[in-house]
Amino acid sequence: MTLGRIQVPPAARAGEVVEIRLLIQHPMEPGFRRDANGRLIPMNVVNAVACRYGGREVFRAELGPGVAANPYFAFWVRAEASGEVSAEWLDDAGVRGAVQAQLVVS
Amino acid sequence: MKRRGFLRAAGAAAAAASLPASGQALLPRHDIAALVAEITGGAVPERGGVTVELPSLAENGNFVPLRIRVASPMTAEDHVTALHVLSERNPRPRIATFRLGPPSGRAEVATRVRLAVAQKVTVLAALSGGRFRVGEAEVFVTSAACIDEGA
Repeated sequence: MTLGRIQVPPAARAGEVVEIRLLIQHPMEPGFRRDANGRLIPMNVVNAVACRYGGREVFRAELGPGVAANPYFAFWVRAEASGEVSAEWLDDAGVRGAVQAQLVVS
Repeated sequence: MKRRGFLRAAGAAAAAASLPASGQALLPRHDIAALVAEITGGAVPERGGVTVELPSLAENGNFVPLRIRVASPMTAEDHVTALHVLSERNPRPRIATFRLGPPSGRAEVATRVRLAVAQKVTVLAALSGGRFRVGEAEVFVTSAACIDEGA
């Protein structure tokens, strides 16, 4: 399981549009590099990221090797009710990761 | 005189031979218009309304901050459904695709990308109702990503 961090604002008003930041710890191996023995390192990137809030999908990303190592995303969500904001991702090696955070809406 | 002539010719030949060997020349230039047409299904995207924020000079191509903003109310009737980030000079032209919707509230995404060489980055925004908008930004890259294989 790869590591990640998700950041939501500490508090939000209903109807407010808030920024969600997601950072995934992953080398995003592009498949063009060689190791010390000259062998090509196979491509291994996080190819899909999905973010859910209040039970529905609010953001999805399809990625390739053009995204920098330790992929970072900032996107926006309209806060409606207190609930869990969760992100889930999958890399080429089949390794999954997930993080969650609570968004408190007043 | 003969020797000088030979040296001049040899020098020119060596310079010509070394040009395609540079990493920048090796990288193909992708036809962004064809790629855009493939995504839109032939529809011609409107220009404007898509802001692509990139540094004009990126010191490290491995790590270039990118922010995309689309002027859209993000309502159920009128919203951005997808943002396609396309590169004309990276080994793979499709950098990323972001899917948004009315719950997003704001059509804005920030990330960090790799750029092989100085190039133009195109963002194609797919809007609800099957319309498309396009925006682009030029970026100069000092230290390239992708092509150097590490010392």
